[in-house]
Amino acid sequence: MGKFELSHRPYTFPATFRLRINTMSSSTLSSISVAHPNLADANGVAPHGQTITSEPLLRVRNLCKYFPIKSKGIISRVIGKVKAVDNASFDLYPGETLGLVGESGSGKTTCARTILRALSPTSGTAHFRAKDPSAPGGHRVVDLATLPDRDLKPLRTQMQMIFQDPYSSLNPRMTVGDIISEPLLIHNIGTPAERKDKVVAILRKVGLKPEHMNRYPHAFSGGQRQRIGIARALIMRPSLVVADEAVSALDVSVQAQVINLLMDLQQEFNLTYIFVAHNLSVVRHICNRVAVMYAGRIVELAETEELFSNPRHPYTQGLMAAEPNIDPDIPMQFALAGEVADTGNLPPGCAFHPRCPKKFAPCDKQEPVLQKVAPSGCQASCHLLTPPAGS
Amino acid sequence: MPTATLPASTSTVQAPSGAVSPCALRIENLKTHFMTDDGAIPAVDGVSLSLSRGKVLAIVGESGCGKSVTSYSILRLIRPPGQIVDGSIMYYPGDGTRPIDIAKLNEKSDDLYRVRGGYISMIFQEPMTALSPVHTVGNQISEAILLHQKLTPAQAREKAIEMLRKVGIPGAERRIDQYPHEMSGGMRQRVVIAMALVCDPDILIADEPTTALDVTIQAQILKLIKDLQASRGTSVVFITHDLGVVAQIAHDVAVMYLGRVVENGSVRQVLKSALHPYTQALLKSIPSLGTRGARLPAIRGSVPSLTNIPPGCPFHPRCEHAVRGRCDVGGPPALRTFTGNRKAACVRIEEIHPTVRELTAAEVAAADTLAAEVTAAPAGRHNH
Repeated sequence: MGKFELSHRPYTFPATFRLRINTMSSSTLSSISVAHPNLADANGVAPHGQTITSEPLLRVRNLCKYFPIKSKGIISRVIGKVKAVDNASFDLYPGETLGLVGESGSGKTTCARTILRALSPTSGTAHFRAKDPSAPGGHRVVDLATLPDRDLKPLRTQMQMIFQDPYSSLNPRMTVGDIISEPLLIHNIGTPAERKDKVVAILRKVGLKPEHMNRYPHAFSGGQRQRIGIARALIMRPSLVVADEAVSALDVSVQAQVINLLMDLQQEFNLTYIFVAHNLSVVRHICNRVAVMYAGRIVELAETEELFSNPRHPYTQGLMAAEPNIDPDIPMQFALAGEVADTGNLPPGCAFHPRCPKKFAPCDKQEPVLQKVAPSGCQASCHLLTPPAGS
Repeated sequence: MPTATLPASTSTVQAPSGAVSPCALRIENLKTHFMTDDGAIPAVDGVSLSLSRGKVLAIVGESGCGKSVTSYSILRLIRPPGQIVDGSIMYYPGDGTRPIDIAKLNEKSDDLYRVRGGYISMIFQEPMTALSPVHTVGNQISEAILLHQKLTPAQAREKAIEMLRKVGIPGAERRIDQYPHEMSGGMRQRVVIAMALVCDPDILIADEPTTALDVTIQAQILKLIKDLQASRGTSVVFITHDLGVVAQIAHDVAVMYLGRVVENGSVRQVLKSALHPYTQALLKSIPSLGTRGARLPAIRGSVPSLTNIPPGCPFHPRCEHAVRGRCDVGGPPALRTFTGNRKAACVRIEEIHPTVRELTAAEVAAADTLAAEVTAAPAGRHNH
């Protein structure tokens, strides 16, 4: 089946996954999070008998991360909270790339970090389908949000992160070999000789040379450093990789190389990416699906092509119109006035309404819910698309 | 006015729009080197550019190409070990008075102080570091006014409030007494723009003014610069690495690579039918609608270090059109002028683009003399 399509678009994710997403609806989703912690039992979403690959690698439900705002003075009281991530729910399928986009302060990085438990979530669940040879089927589903630290550590080999800044994310006092082999050391994997072999192999995979092992990061260009960061993330053979603005700091010509590398490695190692980025043209190129975040919430979630050809949420529309086009004959539009809402002091109703060019009666009173708005499975949270009852 | 007849007669050589814009700034063979223990690092090595009055010239390139050093050189903001070792930076004042060679001005001369912040001012990339954290934004804007204009502090404050309003800061009367940390990134950048424009400069240099901002805020700031530029007739040098921004704001573009200009022309010429292989490759490596899911045609290798510039054409190791024996020998290729009065520095332009022809020395000279005559004439501000 998908063969024809794959030969043309080698990186797109097989059509079967897409069908799975399409059958989801938000009402079933919200019930799962509480009633069915076991993914395999999730009614109507991932029924038994499905092929293993169509089960999500990660199922995030109602994930929240609030930071306390404390009063000044000796006795600091909590006087409020910053809702950095509020009620994020999405599925991530094996082999796909999910883009998280939004302005700074929209919570996209916090969301990714909370999933990896670099930050502890305030509430919500993040069920991860972990590789476990001892479990039946070779997999077991764990909730990353509530897992104790001691159980989390072995799982960290399966979830890795690529950082934005190739300069500050590498220790200048460690050689490249030490940097890349450190994860192996921490998890006590292999003998020194085996570790060295692994480093050599992964260096080749990311387009560097084995002799680079004994050099220090300062000897490398930005693009090469990012390759080192990628090698460090991939040496544990993770299944989930969070790329947090992984190509944003790179020059255009080098950015294209790293994008190609990320896509090649995804195919070779069957990686699943959460791609946090603000550059929409890169997101459009690399992602299968995209979640648009605003003020800590997902406001629209759709397949990439659909999102870009038919953005439904006014915020998504504004974001896309603001992207400067490389064709001087297609003028940029200045649709969005104002700035991102303060997540410590959100406006009532829809957080976007003070900037929204299409706001109407219910927008400043009632908060919209992320729900399916098209047969294709596109989800959005906007009163315009799903008018609330009684208005 | 003698210049009134010139535009029509030169329209074929200059811009297709028909009007010849006089020159506001002309950089000739600028060389800014950094003297280190390992020898001179040629950050800018023979840059020639001209900025037409009332137009936006974008200088675009990857990191290390010398675009920022060029802009800092214009204001003589290069600090040791860096120094301007050669070339001229001619500034042609809008009031028609005699041109000033900024590169030759004494470090302490009154002329340089008048140029810096008065005739020519600058918007910096990082609005947090460009503003002092211990002074209110009002004091910082007033400082520029008091230095360059004969006004009382109270009048300067009035003017500062008016300027803040013009750059779209709501509640300017209240905001003027705030410190930069009380503002968002977009607001701070507006303050920096207000500071740069408050003395009504002839030329504005914007060094990556939107790079640190979100795309929606970037759109707002670009619109602001565009509107202010159009309404005041300011000439703008806009430094950026984002070709999308170039397309949206600039009239003319200079593409730089390793301290040299490799291509120069109008925004449509350069972005829609690039001559130089580097510009072409750069444009191709940007993800677009057609490339989705496929491999991007990336430029191989990375930008070489300035201490180790390849012989011949500096771009040849990464160029897909490079030919052994021609591209990798001798010095860097000269910036030649081609049909349509566009410039590119590549020995193989005619082979890559069969329809393009190099202008003869006489044709180039004719175009240059006409431009020089126009600029030398005390014509005042044409575009007002």
